[in-house]
Parts: sequence; structure tokens; C-alpha cells
Amino acid sequence: MFSKDRWKEILEVLSSNMLRTIATAFGVGWGIFILIILLAAGKGLENGIRQNFNGVATNTMFMWTQTTSRAYQGLPEGRNFNFKLEDVDLLRRNVPQLRIISPRNSLRQSEGDNVIRGTESGQYRVFGDYPEIIQQNPIYTAQGRFFNHNDIKEKRKVVVIGDGIREDLYEDDEEVLGTYLKISGVNFMVVGTYKEKTSNGGGENSQREIFMPFTTFSQAFNRSDNVGWMALTAKDGSSISELSTTIVNTVKQSRKVHPDDERAIGFFDLFQEYNRVESLFGALRFIAYFVGVLVLLSGIIGVSNIMLIVIKERTKEIGIRRALGENPWSIKLQILMESIFLTIISGMVGIIFGALSIYGINMVLDSIGPVDMFLNPSVSLGVVLSALIILVVSGLLAGFIPATKAIKVRPIEALRTE
Amino acid sequence: MIKIENLHKSYKMGSNSLHVLKGINFSVEEGELVAIMGSSGSGKSTLLNILGMLDGLDEGSYILDGVPIKDLNETKAANYRNKFLGFIFQSFNLINYKNAMENVALPLYYQKVGRKERQDKALKYLEQVGLKDWATHLPSELSGGQKQRVAIARAMAAEPKVLLADEPTGALDSTTSYEVMDLIQKINDEGNTILVVTHEPDIADMCKRIVHLKDGVIVEDKKVKQVRASQYV
Repeated sequence: MFSKDRWKEILEVLSSNMLRTIATAFGVGWGIFILIILLAAGKGLENGIRQNFNGVATNTMFMWTQTTSRAYQGLPEGRNFNFKLEDVDLLRRNVPQLRIISPRNSLRQSEGDNVIRGTESGQYRVFGDYPEIIQQNPIYTAQGRFFNHNDIKEKRKVVVIGDGIREDLYEDDEEVLGTYLKISGVNFMVVGTYKEKTSNGGGENSQREIFMPFTTFSQAFNRSDNVGWMALTAKDGSSISELSTTIVNTVKQSRKVHPDDERAIGFFDLFQEYNRVESLFGALRFIAYFVGVLVLLSGIIGVSNIMLIVIKERTKEIGIRRALGENPWSIKLQILMESIFLTIISGMVGIIFGALSIYGINMVLDSIGPVDMFLNPSVSLGVVLSALIILVVSGLLAGFIPATKAIKVRPIEALRTE
Repeated sequence: MIKIENLHKSYKMGSNSLHVLKGINFSVEEGELVAIMGSSGSGKSTLLNILGMLDGLDEGSYILDGVPIKDLNETKAANYRNKFLGFIFQSFNLINYKNAMENVALPLYYQKVGRKERQDKALKYLEQVGLKDWATHLPSELSGGQKQRVAIARAMAAEPKVLLADEPTGALDSTTSYEVMDLIQKINDEGNTILVVTHEPDIADMCKRIVHLKDGVIVEDKKVKQVRASQYV
């Protein structure tokens, strides 16, 4: 099947009418090119959007308290309430599928600047958190350290500030670590700075938040055992979306909120959001494949057409070969191989040109800087392999009708053809 | 070698059918050189096509070298053709993008003979027809007589039981025709069985036996004294 003679013949036949072969090959190459470009563009969009989720544990929900909308157990409607630290323990016990529970308190946004350093000042959001929050937020420690459980235990007055705050309040070459900031009248030592993992832009408020140990915060700002907000991440293998009802019901019960009160506890399911985006990517990929394969199909029909013409032209030759005793299956195989060979070679050229174009687009993207929602368009090896499989199958399909037709003509009729 | 009994063949031409062969009884011994003659429409090409398994028969029997030829599917027919028969056509029917040697080697390729052996054999037969020096030439670079000699070498290459020649000199001038016939006679001298379809009496006279066909039946079947083609060359 893979004899030298057969390949020699395939090359001879295909090169005997070079222009026609190239024109046919172009159809298939173009189809694969479009497919690759579409998939790469989809991937670029996907990368761009996914970057917004970058570093966030996506199997996460956020939960906060609002005012009650129903009276319950003697408590009035419209009541303000807070989670308590005991709720955190309760959730840990009742919902073992949770990996991380991060309770948080934050300062209400006040009028005017709340953070002062020497003559500089600014208005920033301030959070009391547990160290695990760094796994749930897309941030990383740029200088120094993040606070740890010792800080929590000893209620040390330390803070980690955003790199944006460092830019605002410090000189460029100034040492940040070990300096003190006055936050709402209380002094805290800066032990680290953080940066966000997402590189694309970032507005006014990005990298301009202050994190401090939860216990320190509670003590410094008189929150006793209140918790304003929680970030809950499920263990791998469980879905936070499925747990969310249990979680909300648990805290409703412990906070004496009417079970049917929809307003009292607000939450945001990041996982659901993420899945929605994921399914969008799925749809994009589907469209790319759909359009790409359709374009490819027209190329394949072109190949099939040309093969039919080739068969017509070679009717006599096929007759001679059969008179000389060539097995019809051998002729069929020959035509199928010609067709597959043509599609694969032209497909390869399409893939190469597609890859080069993607490379070019990436170069342009690199030189003009990050573009919103679009990053690093690329195709994976898997896509290239599946494109090759599509090519082999389509080559087979394209050759099948001509090959069948070729051996249907009886040798005597084929020989009579002039 | 060949035994045909009560052979009938008709072609459907639209609604009416054309009865081409009307009961042919005919046999050929090994080593014979038979000319099949007849005017056009006498059925001589049809007979040759049936003998060559290029066409099927409607009625009767055909035994080739002791093997009854019937119920052929294409694969089997191709196999028999390759093993039993060598074809020489009026229009040479060389494959135009293959050179002389490759053309000659083709039947051997279908017999799955190894590449090296194929080339050696092809060269041997080309030498026999006096075209060894032309082995790498394409058919378009050869004259008509040379093409037919390549075709004869090709027919010989598979060492068939019977050579079937359909108007082998029909496209050649008389000098070249005699050269080709000389070659055919020499091959016959070596003991090969050859059937030649022709309508030229001088070509027929160079065979050992002449079978006359007319309107689908054999009207005459006689042994003749062979005229050697070499005297004209």
C-alpha cells in the first residue's frame, strides 16, 4: 500500500497538471486556514476573558448581609444584621465540602480621605481578612509578605497595601516595608504590597485596597464578632452552585432569618458566572468549527470534482491498466490515495499559513500592547490534530465517488474511449 | 489452449438488441498463430474482447488453458487477464506518463513482482524487441513502430499463455507493419500462442491459420502456408 511505485504514480499524476492541482489544493487549504483562524480568534477572546478570572478560585461564592424583608421569630422586618464568627464555624461543621471560608469586614466608605501617611493621604477601601483570601482573589504579594495566622492570633497591627497605594503615597524609590499608615486614626505597619494578576488595564481603584488581619480589624474598629461578608470556596469535585442553598439556609437559620426571606442575604455565585462564560466559549468554538468545516466542505467538493475530471481524463489509462490485469481495488485505492494526499498536503499548507498568521497577529498584539478582551490567539495541538483527521476523512469522502465511478466503467468501454 | 463452444453475444442498443456473435465454435492449440479476419461489423473484435475477458459472453462456454472462464467478477477477471493474457492494441495504449521500461514492467507490478526484478525483466523484453536503448524514453518520444514494439514487450512481460493482438498493424505503415509482424512471428517461433485480429490479407497471410468471420459466424477456417515477414524487412 505504501510502496514507492504507488507514491511515484500519485506524484506523477498530481504534477502532470500542476496549475489545476494547485487551484484545487487552494480550496482545501483555504478552508483549513479559515478554520484555524476562527478557532484561534475564539481562543484569543477566551484567553482575554478568562484572564479576568485568572487566579480566582472559580468554585467560589460571595455572601453578605442585607436587611430582612420578613418578620420572623418576633424580630421585625427591615432589620439590619451581621453574620457572626460562630457562623463561620457552623458552616465549617455543616458543609464539609467547603475548602475555604474567608470572613471579611470592611470599613464603610467614608467622606474624605481615610488613610494618611505624613503629608500624603488618600481614600481607600480597607478589609479585615483571613490569610486564605489571597487564594480567592486574583492578587499576589509583590513585596514583603502577606499577613499570616500568627498575625491573626496576636492581632498584630499590620497591613498589606496595593501597589497603587504605594504609587500614591510613596516616592518611587522609597522603602515601603516597615513604614506606618494611619487608617481611620489607627496606626498600622506595612508588611507587604500586592499586585493584581490581571494585567489588562485596571481602573482607578485597582491595586488600591488595604488588607489587614481580620482579628486586628475587628479590634481596631470595634466589630466584636461581627462578619460583614464571606467568600466561600468549595473543594474540587463539589460545585459551589449546588452548595449555595445549603449555605444560605444554614446562616438564615442561625441568624434567625425567615427561611423564605429572599432579600436578607445577598450572594454572588462566581462559579455560575464562570460556567456561563465557559458555555459561551463552547458556543464560540462550535461556531468556529461549523463555519470552518463548511468552508472546508466547499474545498472538498472542489477536490471531488477535480478527481472526477481526472478519472474522466484517465478513463482510457484505467482501461489499459485493467486490461493488463490490475485489480479494480488497486485502482480504487490509487484514486483514494491521490485524493487524500492532495487534501492532506493542501491542508498542511493551510495549517502552516494559519499558524504563520496567528504568529503575525500575536506579534502585532505584542507591539501595540494589551487589547481588552483579546489575548494570545492560538490553536492547540489537539485542534491541529483534529483538523488533520478532518482532512483525512474529507479526502476519503472526496475520493470515494470518483474512485467508485472509475472502477464502474468496464475495461472494454474504457479502452474504446479516445 | 483455447476452446470455445457455441458462443453467443448480443448487445442491447436501446430497445432492439444486436446479435453480434451467433454460435462460434473455435479452438486454438498451443503454439498456433491465428489470424481472425472479417470486415468491420463481423464480430471479430467482440470475439477478441470475449477471449480477452474484457467482455462477458451471453451463451456458450470458454475454456482457457483448462480453466473454464465463467462467473467472472472484475477482480477475478483482472487476475486471469494478468496471468493468462497479453494484449497488443491497434492504438498501442501505452501509458503516456510512464517511460518504455515502466510500461513494460506494469503487468509485473500487478503480479507484485519486486521492483528490481521487474526492471530486469522489463529491460530483457525491451532488448528482445530491440529497444533497450529507448528504455527511459516516454511514449511521446517514440515512433509508431517503436510504440507497438514496446506494447509487444509489455504483453510478453507477464509471460502469458496467449497473446491477443487487435489490429496490431492498423496504425502503422507497411514497412513498420512488417517489422512488427516479424517480431510477432519470432515470438510465435518460440512457442507462444498468438491471436491476431486483422482485416489486411497480407498480415493474415503471415499467420499459420486464418479464421474468417462474417456476420457473427465462422465462414472459413483454414491452415495457410506462413509468409515470413522478414523477407520484406
